[in-house]
This record gives sequence, C-alpha cells and structure tokens, in this order.
Amino acid sequence: MTAASRASARPAALRARWRWPEGLFWLAALGALFLLPDQHLILNEIAILALFALSLDLILGYAGIVSLGHAAFFGLGAYVAGLLTIHVDGEPVLGLLAAAASGAVLGFATGFLVLRGSDLTRLMVTLGVSLLLFEIANQAAGLTGGADGLNGMAVGPILGRFEFDLYGTTAYAYSLAVLFGLFLFARRLVHSPFGLSLKAIRDNRLRAAAVGVPVARRLIGVYTLSAAYAAVAGALLAQTTQFVSLDVFDFHRSADVLLVLVIGGAGYLYGGPIGAVLFRFLQDWISGLTPQYWSFWLGAFLVLLVLIGRDRLVQGVRRPFAGLLSRIGGGR
Amino acid sequence: MGTILFDGIAYGMLLFVLACGLSVTLGLMNFINLAHGAFAMLGGYVTALLMNRWQVPFFLCLPVAFVAAAAAGLVLERTLYRHLYRRSPLDQVLFSIGIVFMAVAAADYLMGSEQQIIRLPDYLRGRVEVLGVGIGIYRALIIAVCGLLVLALQWVLARTRFGSRLRAAVDDPRAARGLGIRVDTVFAVTFAAGSGLAGLGGALGAEILGVDPTFPLKYMIYFLIVVTVGGTSSLTGPFLAALLLGIADVAGKYYVPALGSFVIYTVMIVVLLLRPQGLFARGGSR
Repeated sequence: MTAASRASARPAALRARWRWPEGLFWLAALGALFLLPDQHLILNEIAILALFALSLDLILGYAGIVSLGHAAFFGLGAYVAGLLTIHVDGEPVLGLLAAAASGAVLGFATGFLVLRGSDLTRLMVTLGVSLLLFEIANQAAGLTGGADGLNGMAVGPILGRFEFDLYGTTAYAYSLAVLFGLFLFARRLVHSPFGLSLKAIRDNRLRAAAVGVPVARRLIGVYTLSAAYAAVAGALLAQTTQFVSLDVFDFHRSADVLLVLVIGGAGYLYGGPIGAVLFRFLQDWISGLTPQYWSFWLGAFLVLLVLIGRDRLVQGVRRPFAGLLSRIGGGR
Repeated sequence: MGTILFDGIAYGMLLFVLACGLSVTLGLMNFINLAHGAFAMLGGYVTALLMNRWQVPFFLCLPVAFVAAAAAGLVLERTLYRHLYRRSPLDQVLFSIGIVFMAVAAADYLMGSEQQIIRLPDYLRGRVEVLGVGIGIYRALIIAVCGLLVLALQWVLARTRFGSRLRAAVDDPRAARGLGIRVDTVFAVTFAAGSGLAGLGGALGAEILGVDPTFPLKYMIYFLIVVTVGGTSSLTGPFLAALLLGIADVAGKYYVPALGSFVIYTVMIVVLLLRPQGLFARGGSR
C-alpha cells in the first residue's frame, strides 16, 4: 500500500470509529429501561418509530431515493408477523425473521420500479405500491380481517423465555435490542465500500456510474435492505401491541416517518432515533394542547420547517449540540 | 352498460376539471403539489355552506366556489408556494403534505368530521331514457359543463396571448423574462386559475364524490394518477387519462367490486414503468 492510498483510506476508517456521544446515546436508551419504568409503552413506540425511520434513512439519506410509500413494507411486516403468530407459531423472533424475509422480497421486487424515472415517478410508484397493499389488505378480509383488523394474536414469550408484560417492559427491551442490533449492522454497512458507493450515487449518479459503480445493483440492494428493516419495525409493532389494523398501511404513516427523519436529519443514521424521540415529544406536547387537532399543528410545523429551510432550522436547533453531533458524524 | 359508460365519462370529466390545475403546476411549473385536493375541498365546503345555510341556488354556488378557491390559491401562491418553485422535490412534498394536514384538521374543526349533504334542486335529480340508456340529468350537466371547460382551457392555452406567455414562461423562464413577460404574475394567475378550477370541480362533484375533511387525502392519488399517467406536455393527455380512469373506476367497481381500486393502482404502476413520462407524452424526456 502506498502512502497516498493510505492517507485517502484513513478518513473513512476514522469516520467509522465509535465516539463517546454514540455510547452516551445508547446508554441513555438503556438507562430509560431501568429509570423510567412507567414510560415503557411510549418508549417502545419510539424505538419502533426509530427503526422505521432508520430504514427510510438508508434509502433517503444514503441513496437519495425519495419514498412516499414506505408504510408498504412496515404494514407487510406487521401483517406477516401477525398472521404467523395466529396460524403458525407465537415465537416472536421467528415472526421477525419471516417479516424481514417478506419485506426483502417485496423490496427486491419493487426495487426495480424505483430505478426508473424522475423523483416524481418514484414518489408516485412508492405511493402506488403502498396503496395497492392497503387495498389488498382491505379486500382480503378473510385473511386480514379487513377493516376490523387482525385480532386474537397470542404472542408467545421471546425465545421461549421472556414473557410480554402489561407495562411494556419486555416490549421495550425487545424493541431496543432489535433496534440496536440492526443499527449496528446499518452502521457497519454505511461505512463499508458498499455504503460509500451509495453516497457516491446519491451525490452524482452519472459520475458514480462512470467510475464503475454498478448503480442499479447498489440501489436495489439498499432498497431491499431498507424494506426488510421497515418490515421488522412493523413486525415489532404487531407483536408488542398484539394487534394489526389497516392503519399500518396508511398514508399517514409514510408521511410521519418522513417527517421524523427530516426532524432528525437524514444521512447520518442517528437522524431516525433522534427524530423519533423529538417527534414523539412534539406529538405529546401538541396533543396536550389540542387533543383532536394536533395534525393541524403538525402540518404547520412541516410548512414552517420547509419555509425556513430544513437545513437551517435543524442546524439552529443543533448548534448547541454541534460539537456532540459532529462527533457522531452528523451535521453534514 | 350504456349507463355505466355514461357515468364513467361524467366521473372522468369531473376528475379532469379537478386535476387540470395540478397538471399545470406539476407538469408545467414542476411543482409537486400534493395539496391540490385541499382547494377542491374548499370549493365543496363553500357550496355546501351556501346551499344549506343560506339556500343559495346551486348555479350561483359554482362561480362562488371557483372564486373562493382561486382567491385561496392566489394568496397561498403569493405568500408560500412561490418560495418553493426551485426547491427539491422532497421539500415540496413535505411542504404540501403539511398544507394537507392543516386543511384536513381545519375542515374538521370548522365543519365537523361528518360528510356534508347537498340537496340538489329537483330539476337536476331526475333520470331520462335516451335510446335505452338511463341518463342522470345531473351527470349530463357535469359532462356539459366540463366539456365546455375543456374546450375553453384548450383555447386559452393554444390561442390566446396569455396562453403563449404561459408556455413561454414554462419553457424557459429566463428567456421569457428577457422578453418582458412577467413570469411571476403569469405563474400566480395560472396557479390561482388551477386552484379555482379545483374548487369548481369540488363544488360540481360534491354530490358524487362527497365532501368531508379527508377529501384531500382520499382523492390525492386520483389527481396524481391523472397527471402522471396523462403526461404533462398538453391538456389532451390528462383529459384522456381522466376519462379512462373515470370509466375504469366506475366499471371496475360495478363489475368486480371485490377488486376495488386495485385495478387503477396496478394500471398506474405499469404505465409509469413502461412510460415514466406518461402515457400520452411526446417522446423523449424533459
């Protein structure tokens, strides 16, 4: 290895190194398990939302694919896990694996669709796929329960040992463990040559193709992975709430997760988890003020966010934490 | 069979009037406006309010609905939308989703979540037999009004000075500005007119489509289908796409109700796959 190539290899390796704020973040998440015993239900929701946003970050933040229908995979995972629990076996881990596999299959199949056309075409196709699945779930009432939802899930103990409880403690621990595991994998991935080539595609597709990056294969690869992640998030929701309804395919979900990621900032992996926490607080705070009409203020927030400029606002909020964030690779 | 075709055409015409404003903002000005349905909803609510509270005659409500939606469109364009023409699609999507959320919650707050019921005047509610085909008078009216609108729009775009200014402004804003065309004004007027047409469509369709707070979300995909499938290079494409969509939707729901909207979504995805620029677009990409 020559000196020059070593020098160019170093930044990537440096960026991949763990830094203390990251440890702090995960310690805080773990600490919440012991210190906030009566908040576990909400923390569980946050962890699931974080995983869902993380999956979107993989395609939006790293590959630049805009999606309006990410709920398709989320919902598929939820239904697969739910149906598996009812008809086959109550083991949650099995449900996760099945959900991930089904999500990956659907992601792979629809991945070819997002390769084509402009951003608008992509938006339409992803939206169309999620609407299509909504319609299937709605019409196949014999299998999915239609508008009534999937009732009567009896989820067994995790690995035959940890029983789900009423307070959501097991649920939170379970979701957090899954989130952490998948996060580690995603972190490893985005710092790998695969991840770097994705960034190259995002920044300039033509140039990436010119230096020999197989653009189509990389995009389908990351889309498949992201779909599997989203499906796992859906499966977690189904298992921890023991209920699945058509709501999992709703447009609202795709829009919410986009908002979560935008709040947290895309393209540095922590955007999903941080955005999920902020989003949840925002939601709680606003619905405390106006229980029924909180979506109005959410909409107002979105409009404001875009008008002020996503980057500027997020930077402004982040400035106090800029030092922290730059250490975990954020604040691009 | 004939009745279904007729209803389908009426439905398609209605969709076209609702969506043609979007085909201009999305297709010509390149702005992804998911909130287009909110203007249609406004038109529907204005009509419902005028007719039910103040007993205003139906035909008077239509122009009022147009003006109300156009005014709302103009205000929003001047204050908010115009800052976003040059932004990325993601920004535009987030922004217009925000507008949709606000519109839905505001309608819920102001008018309640239930569907608004509009009583059409009696002379519009009958049904006549023509050559063995049952024709609803109201639907015949919709076809007539929308047909006239289509012709008028085509005429404005193709034959008037404003139309050529608009086409020039879209083709190359810089050059158009250099020629002394006030591009901003042209865009604002166009946006307002498109919103007004959506409002008019909402008013006309209030009885068929129903008006409730979820309207912008429920029909968003229909508008988008019309525009993306129809392509954006002319008005003819969206018009044909709207007709096809209307007929397919009505026939599909009548003959194979189990499939629901399945057919439409599948057709849309397939069309976008084969022709990303739209079914009726001229060859080549932008």
